[in-house]
Amino acid sequence: MQPKIKKFTRANIRKDFRRNRLLYLMIVPCIVFYLLFSYVPMVGNVMAFIDFVPGIGFKGFFVGKWMGLTYLEDFLHNTFFFRLLRNTVLISLYNLIFGFPAPILLAIFLSELPFKRFKRIAQTITYLPHFVSTVVICGLIVNFSLSTGLFSDISVLFGGPRISFLQDAKYFRTIYVASGIWQSIGWSSIIFLSAITSIDDSLYEAAIIDGANKLQEIFYVTIPGIMPTIIIMLILQIGQMMNVGAEKIMLLYNPSIYETSDVISTYVYRKGIVEMNWSYSAAVDLFNKVINFVLLVSANAISRRLGDVSLM
Amino acid sequence: MKKSLGDKIFIAFDVLVITLLCILCLYPFLYAIFVSFSEPSELAKVSGFMYKPAGFSLQAYRSVLRNYQIMNGYKNTLFIVFTGVALECLMTIPTAYVLSRKNLLWRNVIMMFVVITMYFSGGMIPTYLVIRNYGLYDSLWSLVLPVMINAYNMIIVRTYMAGIHDSLSESAMLDGANHLQILWKIFVPLSKPAIAVLVLYSGVNHWNSWFRAFLYIGKSVKYPLQLVLRNLLIKGSELDMLNNVSTADHDFVLSTLKQASVIVTTLPILFIYPLLQKYLVGGMMIGSIKE
Repeated sequence: MQPKIKKFTRANIRKDFRRNRLLYLMIVPCIVFYLLFSYVPMVGNVMAFIDFVPGIGFKGFFVGKWMGLTYLEDFLHNTFFFRLLRNTVLISLYNLIFGFPAPILLAIFLSELPFKRFKRIAQTITYLPHFVSTVVICGLIVNFSLSTGLFSDISVLFGGPRISFLQDAKYFRTIYVASGIWQSIGWSSIIFLSAITSIDDSLYEAAIIDGANKLQEIFYVTIPGIMPTIIIMLILQIGQMMNVGAEKIMLLYNPSIYETSDVISTYVYRKGIVEMNWSYSAAVDLFNKVINFVLLVSANAISRRLGDVSLM
Repeated sequence: MKKSLGDKIFIAFDVLVITLLCILCLYPFLYAIFVSFSEPSELAKVSGFMYKPAGFSLQAYRSVLRNYQIMNGYKNTLFIVFTGVALECLMTIPTAYVLSRKNLLWRNVIMMFVVITMYFSGGMIPTYLVIRNYGLYDSLWSLVLPVMINAYNMIIVRTYMAGIHDSLSESAMLDGANHLQILWKIFVPLSKPAIAVLVLYSGVNHWNSWFRAFLYIGKSVKYPLQLVLRNLLIKGSELDMLNNVSTADHDFVLSTLKQASVIVTTLPILFIYPLLQKYLVGGMMIGSIKE
């Protein structure tokens, strides 16, 4: 194949273009797509600093009065600011603390199973919830959480009362996080399982010769062996910390439990799409995104300093 | 090799934990199936775990399959899934091919251009307004066009294509083939596993998505299935299926109807999934190599 041209000199650009014209032609739809559906909305984020004017098309993003950080300040002084921040952070934190180790544990348990067939069936079953739609899953949760639902039946079985779980603010986070783990534990374990499979067998043999039992094998061979994968996945998840999506929460919450369930993204939806406070809601969303990005970059920087594992 | 007692206990514990987890993952769906086949009047007497339908009736399925909103939702969803998958393939495969060619001067720049969108994006509000400005509001195309390329899926296909040996495309070049011919005659056939993954991820994604429709579709005749289902299950709208029901059984009839709609909606996934699991997991593996 022709050697790769490396330098962006005018002559090289011309030569490269002549040689790969068809390839560049093939990438045009992709560029147009990203410009239209990613970069235009990205530029549209400027509306967070401008008083957006609706009803006049794209001009509306730019012609309004320059407001600077007014909308952001409004949000920071809003009565609900603390509640929204707290709910967003707590839900992600619980997700991190309980949801992150769960698939790692599952991968270790699966990899230690001596029966191949059983292992395969277990994998098929635990991956399943990942493919079922959020609407269906939340529909089931809502149904189970009624005071006449399955959860209450179980509670009664153990001598507890009948509770309408989704009408009581104190259960929301547990339901949200636990069902999230249930949905993703199997699918997220794949990546750790494949990391475990790629650990050199001779390490286990050596451990056994040295008299290690199963638990010691796990602690001294398996876990160190998948540490790089664990760190990468941890960075990715920390980067998503403030990113609690509206999709699932909106299927589960109701005004009577906003105290624990209303997060930034659902607030953005209500303020923006419902109340048409366009610029304000865009500013809140942008604030959320910026924090997210800072988290991702710092988690990545820390891991780079600690070891040689990083994303970028 | 002889296993020590400790190891045997560990394995027994392991099997127990995994079995319990499997039951936990499967039971909610079984429960939905049991309720959907139940006789509403029998259902009233049952509480707690169900191990079989209470009585047996197909009435719920009959009502659901005759319901206009659900069937219309099915029709819309089928349109979205077919056009969505076709367009995503049409856009993703050439992009992946181009970005897998190593001797392209602008390759890294274009790759950057794509990857940036994975980290920065327009928020919900600017995206919503832009889509309205494109005139896509209330059109099924608003559910298809903005997601024609998924960067993550594209990278899966690209990684796979980058692994196909250069000598193939070089010899085809020498024989006078151009890039389109090479892509169509060599790379597409050789990348079938990755393309299968693309089709499946894209299809499942379109089948399950509801939020975009919730934002961009106002007319109820254009609701996709998941949005119809959301209105039935979560919002509690009753989709005019309960016209001739006595008030005593009302709640239980509604339960069977809800669960029957859950099953009717999820059935295609439940059927296809075990058959295609190998490919789906394969995609997860290819995707993770890149990181």
